[in-house]
Amino acid sequence: MEIIDYYKVLGLDKNAGEKEIKKAFRKLARKYHPDLNPSDKAAQKKFQQINEANEVLSDPEKRAKYDKYGKDWEHAEAFEKARQTQRQSGGGEGYRFSEGTSSEDFSDFFNSMFGGSRSADSARTVKFRGQDYHAELSLSLTDVYKTHKRTLTVNGKNIRISIPAGVDNGQAIKIKGHGGPGINGGPNGDLYITFSIANHSRFKRVGNDLFTTNELDLYKAVLGGEVIVDTLDGQVKLLLKPETQNGSKVKLKGKGFPVYKKEGEFGDLYVTWSVKIPGNLSEKQKALFEELSKLSS
Amino acid sequence: MQTEEFISIETFCAYHGVEFAFINTLEEFGLLELPTINQTKCIPSVQLAHLEKIVRLHFDLDINMEGIEAIVHLLNRIENLQAEITALKNQLRLYEDI
Repeated sequence: MEIIDYYKVLGLDKNAGEKEIKKAFRKLARKYHPDLNPSDKAAQKKFQQINEANEVLSDPEKRAKYDKYGKDWEHAEAFEKARQTQRQSGGGEGYRFSEGTSSEDFSDFFNSMFGGSRSADSARTVKFRGQDYHAELSLSLTDVYKTHKRTLTVNGKNIRISIPAGVDNGQAIKIKGHGGPGINGGPNGDLYITFSIANHSRFKRVGNDLFTTNELDLYKAVLGGEVIVDTLDGQVKLLLKPETQNGSKVKLKGKGFPVYKKEGEFGDLYVTWSVKIPGNLSEKQKALFEELSKLSS
Repeated sequence: MQTEEFISIETFCAYHGVEFAFINTLEEFGLLELPTINQTKCIPSVQLAHLEKIVRLHFDLDINMEGIEAIVHLLNRIENLQAEITALKNQLRLYEDI
């Protein structure tokens, strides 16, 4: 188990007084408070450490125990056993961040040494929402082409959610009430699921539009005719105009990606033509190309 | 909007142990808009998380109203910038190979 230097966490020396601890704690809490660092897991971890350090150092009894046994864990456990008959008393100031504080929010070191609970009188006794949970769900592009249901396991609980068609890469949806339990009887937090959608080998997506590249043989490009194009919704037949240039694009209206939460609405599909030059030409073909070349020069 | 989508300020204050005057000050600073329903000032439930965040900033971090105003403004800007970054990243994927 890692022994945490709570003085170092707060940037204090061992002789720091109550006022210095409070001052250092407030300064660091303002810097790393999760409300001021949304979605920053490193800041949240740091805030947890600061809170934990303050919880110990601002309570004279806990501080004395930490100072005495912090570096010598086996003795601390023995100390704890001896202490079990004694009534614990609380003290000190602590922040009760509404996004949840439970024994899970403290380090193993803290939980083993102090039982993982805050001092009973260490914070305002108000009701607060529980912690918001954040999870990432990796899906393929074809997964989010149609609305579907999926069962997720979050903190040991199975949650069946509906994933709407058209959800975008990096987009988050909120599942109300599936976060951490409320504090002092407050409501549960919410679960935020951020979608990570992998690129498709053939189709690229920008917003609701899809982009793809189709190979076209030279003769079809020059003379025009019918071509079959793959879309995410099956194949479509197109009438290609003669003299289609390499790299030119065609827009297939409504053949793109479904618009999020707008049933029946779709973006467009842009097809870029990649004209393939024929290889392994026969002598006759070469002669004909030379003739064509002379005609056009 | 239905009335169950609103929470009375009295209920909020009792629940969170904050003074009514504090909520009034937030309204004066333009940090909250509180509609009146059946002669009772209410908070739309969609703004609840926002209000709870302000409560934490004020009571936990001792940040005054001017500070909260600046923080809320900057957090909104961060949120908008993050949304813009995500959109740009998604556009760049057009040029990525699998």
